[in-house]
Amino acid sequence: MSGNAVVSSVLALGRIAGGYGPSGGSQPMHIPDGFLSVPVSILFWVVSIVVIGYALRRVSRELDERKVPLLAVLAAVIFAGQMLNFTVTGGTSGHLLGATLAAALLGPWAAMVVMTAVVSIQALLFQDGGILVLGANLFNMAIVGVLVGYGAYQLLLRAFGNRRWALPVSGFVAAWLSIFVAALSCALQLAASGTSPANVSVPAMGGIHALIGIGEGLITAGALVFVLAARPDLAAPAAKATAGQKALWIGGVALAVVLAVLSPLASAYPDGLEWVAEQHGFLEAAREPLYNIIPDYVFPGIANEAVATIVAGVLGALVVAAAAYLVAQGVRRRATQQ
Amino acid sequence: MPDILDPYRPRASLLHRADPRVKVVVAVASIVVTAALPLGAWPSYVLLLAAILALAVSARLGVGFTLTRGLIAAPFALAALPLVFSTPGAPLGSLRLGPLALDATVPGLERFLSVLAKSYLSVQFAILLTATTRFTELLAAVRALRVPRLLVAVFGLMWRYMFLFVHEVNRLRIARDARSADIGPKSGGTLAWRARVTGGMVGNLFVRGYERSERVYQAMLARGYDGEVRTLPMGRLSASQYGILAGSMAILAFLAVLGILFG
Amino acid sequence: MERAPLIEVDNLSFRYPDGQQALNGVSLRVYEGERVAIVGPNGAGKSTLILHLNGILGSEDGRVRVAGLPVAGEHVKRVRALVGLVFQDPDDQLFSPTVFEDVAYGPLYMGLPEGEVRRRVSRALAAVGMEGYADRVPHRLSAGEKKRIALATVLAMEPSVLVLDEPTAGLDPRGRRMLIRLLGTMTQTMIVSTHDLLMVRDLFPRMVILDRGRVVADGPTADLLRDQALLEAHGLELP
Repeated sequence: MSGNAVVSSVLALGRIAGGYGPSGGSQPMHIPDGFLSVPVSILFWVVSIVVIGYALRRVSRELDERKVPLLAVLAAVIFAGQMLNFTVTGGTSGHLLGATLAAALLGPWAAMVVMTAVVSIQALLFQDGGILVLGANLFNMAIVGVLVGYGAYQLLLRAFGNRRWALPVSGFVAAWLSIFVAALSCALQLAASGTSPANVSVPAMGGIHALIGIGEGLITAGALVFVLAARPDLAAPAAKATAGQKALWIGGVALAVVLAVLSPLASAYPDGLEWVAEQHGFLEAAREPLYNIIPDYVFPGIANEAVATIVAGVLGALVVAAAAYLVAQGVRRRATQQ
Repeated sequence: MPDILDPYRPRASLLHRADPRVKVVVAVASIVVTAALPLGAWPSYVLLLAAILALAVSARLGVGFTLTRGLIAAPFALAALPLVFSTPGAPLGSLRLGPLALDATVPGLERFLSVLAKSYLSVQFAILLTATTRFTELLAAVRALRVPRLLVAVFGLMWRYMFLFVHEVNRLRIARDARSADIGPKSGGTLAWRARVTGGMVGNLFVRGYERSERVYQAMLARGYDGEVRTLPMGRLSASQYGILAGSMAILAFLAVLGILFG
Repeated sequence: MERAPLIEVDNLSFRYPDGQQALNGVSLRVYEGERVAIVGPNGAGKSTLILHLNGILGSEDGRVRVAGLPVAGEHVKRVRALVGLVFQDPDDQLFSPTVFEDVAYGPLYMGLPEGEVRRRVSRALAAVGMEGYADRVPHRLSAGEKKRIALATVLAMEPSVLVLDEPTAGLDPRGRRMLIRLLGTMTQTMIVSTHDLLMVRDLFPRMVILDRGRVVADGPTADLLRDQALLEAHGLELP
């Protein structure tokens, strides 16, 4: 096991044991101020403003006047829901981000607005995430989290068809994927800022959130099952999907694939992102490939962490690609039957 | 009695009375300047901390309160820990973990501590802002600064119902824990079961939230809601408020220059 | 006395989307200055009827009229300023971050200028005895305080008719007495839906009994309260 893996694991365990949760401090994906460089912060502010601005316009058009009370109250629900945790093992607890749940029940644009409200209020009022870096946090949680979760959910739901377990399983996988990919995005932002080299941040963030994502997946699945039983009118996806909607699903999943592939690459070649880093005095250091400073040992039996990340990313991409293929097959079959 | 969900601390102070628009702009500018300061610009960091403490004292928030609230982002520090070992330079010491040698360096430690310092300072500005400004004023300020009205309206309504649902969650949690006796290694059910229970609670909250939002919508309709977001305008900024704004910007500019010179 | 009724419901029927027939040919006339209590068992349709009075529920067939205006289409906004509805759960009614914003909401949406909005907020809060509460946040208020502020949010619109859904529900005896006393000082035409027959006896000279979506009795409270059989038949009980 390489030096990087040791450091990553120590960080991962440290953070999990460090008492994360809305009641006890900041959450692992909410980046505080000071950890992202100014250029990276500004870049993601611009991206988030554009995308969320678009989401606001779509919501204005599609939902009628009840959008303000609906989105606001559900944002309050998600905020409160994030305080519900349950023990995964001994010291770790799983708790909710809610992006996939919101997207599954409200659609992507409304979910983006809801998550924007949740993440913004957390940052503004509780310092759970910084203010300059809010743009980046919104990108990870309100945009990537929602789009990936939504895309995966819709595709999987259609791939699995009318089976009883389609809803919870789709919800589980989509939620897990949304957390994992959002974490990768976060790691890449840290690396691009020069705060945490990619070959540490990607495995660490990826590793932690691969675990946390299980909690997210389970809670999301459980919640969807409940909503379906109590208010089936709220849980049912639209029967017919327009071409535009399908494009959105594919887009969400494509985003996941891009990040999943980009991260292991960054992890294996951190130089690429270090070039982007722009702190005083840091450009000199960036000339030396960081991973040469920590020697590379291999423990028998434990795989290299970069490989682990690549495997995870490829697996995720495969699952989704398989689902997309099945959907495409299904659609084609139905078309020929008509 | 202070509410854990409401950071506002009512006091009579200059900072409390300052116009919320000015406070928001200065707070954000302070955070940006802090983030842009070079690593190792210790004179600037120290002066910023001094300014923060001075403001905290003048706002009667208490030095202890200020210093400890800032530690909230501390766990994230671990993300920057690798900097200690990955920056080349004068060696500081070695950490041996089995067959592994991690070499800490002086510049590495300086970089790590700089990140921590900047993060800590940034959090302080946010804390000062929210402790001295009512939420409703923050909303008005943010609206005046051109954030879309729809989004601000959602923030406001969300805040109002946040307390209600957190209260609800606490009740659900107590009820769940009351039925979850820890009777030994086999207790607690399976992970899947625990997750389903928690998921059910979240789903329950969601359905109740949906139904609550229907009733709130009816209450809004009954008082004339028509889909538009209407609010009372904030007054013009007075000269003294502009003075505070200009003065703060000047101080920040000075600290930025100082940082560049000594970083 | 041939004055026009302030509120006129003419053979109103209503079925919810899920199929539940909540109202079955309800007719009702309320004149200016009257105080009417609508009583009946749960599920009788009281809340459904109330929601028709300001157009939250309804159809376009003009079966409900307020001050001569059909509660439909372009008239709905005007009707909502005339009919002030106080909901059963004050947490539904108080949806703004502060008391001031909640009480100012109605006047603001009526398009009144800022000075008038502020004046109305002061007057409304004073009318319910809650001066000084303007900067308070709703989630920190007691149930009684919330109910009174909820009433203020409606009074600020200076309606001609006050309609209250279960005003004394959820209040402790002291809160209940305070609210009843407060309602007694109101001069507007008043309609309540309630289970609280003692309050009805004290404040409301006219009583309408609703059961299964139909009006089964409509007359002087004193007379109806004496008719034990009638009360029992419709799930009512004088404590």
